[in-house]
Amino acid sequence: MPTTTINGREVFVDDEGFMTEYDQWDETMGAALATAIGVEMTDDHWKAIRFLRDDFKTQGETPTIRRVSTVGGIDTKQLFVLFPKKPAKKMAYIAGLPKPHGCV
Amino acid sequence: MKKVLILGGGTAGTMAANKLSKALSPADWSVTVIDVDDNHRYQPGFLFLPFGTYKPAQVTKSRRKYLSKGVSLVYGEIDKVEPADNSVLLTDGQRLTYDYLIVATGVTPRPDQTPGMDDEAEWHKSVHEFYSYEGSVALAEKLRTWTGGKLVIHITEMPIKCPVAPLEFAFLADAFFKDKGIRDAVDITYVTPLDAAFTKPIAAQAFGTTLEEKGITVVPDFMIESVDAEAKKIVAYDETEVPFDLLVTIPLNMGADCIARSGLGNDLNLVPVDKFTQQSKAHANIFALGDSNDIPASKAGSVAHFKVDIFLENFLQLIAGSDMTHKFDGHANCFIETGGGKAMLIDFNYDTEPLPGKFPYGSLGPMGLLKETHLNHFGKLAFRWVYWNMLMPGRPLPISTLMSLSGKRTDLIAAK
Repeated sequence: MPTTTINGREVFVDDEGFMTEYDQWDETMGAALATAIGVEMTDDHWKAIRFLRDDFKTQGETPTIRRVSTVGGIDTKQLFVLFPKKPAKKMAYIAGLPKPHGCV
Repeated sequence: MKKVLILGGGTAGTMAANKLSKALSPADWSVTVIDVDDNHRYQPGFLFLPFGTYKPAQVTKSRRKYLSKGVSLVYGEIDKVEPADNSVLLTDGQRLTYDYLIVATGVTPRPDQTPGMDDEAEWHKSVHEFYSYEGSVALAEKLRTWTGGKLVIHITEMPIKCPVAPLEFAFLADAFFKDKGIRDAVDITYVTPLDAAFTKPIAAQAFGTTLEEKGITVVPDFMIESVDAEAKKIVAYDETEVPFDLLVTIPLNMGADCIARSGLGNDLNLVPVDKFTQQSKAHANIFALGDSNDIPASKAGSVAHFKVDIFLENFLQLIAGSDMTHKFDGHANCFIETGGGKAMLIDFNYDTEPLPGKFPYGSLGPMGLLKETHLNHFGKLAFRWVYWNMLMPGRPLPISTLMSLSGKRTDLIAAK
């Protein structure tokens, strides 16, 4: 498993740079990951990221965009404004979670 | 006399009923299944109906016939479950009580959840799905006479039942139109909300280019907002549009509405359960099996089968007053049709992604994992016999309930 240094700390990541260890993440690291992909974090961004983190903890998988909207209460259109083009992937990246995937 | 009530007599409900009826003393326990009719559909067959490989009669058998004699079958539509007094109310006013309840109501395609998708003018005309018996039969009729144009295969949002079926549909469509001699007249596009058609690293490495090689265009990261049935295009939240002449969509998959009415479901009407035991998080005497729960495993018949095995062992401990010690590992085992008489086989669980190798007898195989072979295709066709003659009656299969690493190329994970 490759590692990389984020915010001065060495963490485990997958081939695409998504963090793989839930407990290695904290919000300062999330902010650094956001900067790396050109997302400037605001309270609205954090609301989405915190929902992803909490939901992953109880569900064991990264929530879908639909779930962030219906359960997390953030409108899908707004997610596209906050995390342009690829909200599902960008949110997972910043939240230090696996990107949404299929079974193959 | 204690009562087990099972909501739904499909794949999971039938297996659970037959295994429980065998394991429990008929003097002390009754096992009852509730379903709306006597039509037990072989759902993996829905993939083959559109291409005329199977005929409608080949995917339907009598529900009653596949339930053991000791199991009662009640026909009726479920209004709601009332967990506070352990009873289930049917829409005809009948009330059934239970000591233990098993939810096995599955998931169904819900085109009504995407604006414009079930627009009456185009539904079952230029807009189709193959996740229901009716939809699959209608699509067969359409494909029989369709002369070509833009075919768009589209996934609304995960999770969906049989997550590989859309890929298989794309492969089979490519082969079907080649056989008909009209492949040049058909433009096939595969549209997914995920970032690729193959999303697991090792599978992606092996098969990431398969669709392109077959001349199938992939549109990734597509989050559908609506179907414009009149202008014949699907529209995403980021305003990307994909035009179609024939749309074969996988609508949002949701659990049964009666689960929502009972207050037992999440946002997709799936019952929140413990991912190892499938016991409801809210009620200790309710379990949700098959596709009806929210565990992060594939919604597929093989998974339903493994889950039922684990459930039974735990259930017998529970009624004996012991702790439930058996843990489901998310094991799934699926054939993936790739067209031209070949198929792939994948075997994986919560922790291990699909790997190449041999299955099920370690290095002896004879099946190849994550590899296109003719033998895997025959395995897929033979599975229909296995389903009716081994799986439903609860006979043991030569596949372990928990995933085995034997025969798998684990060096590929270690190398990462």
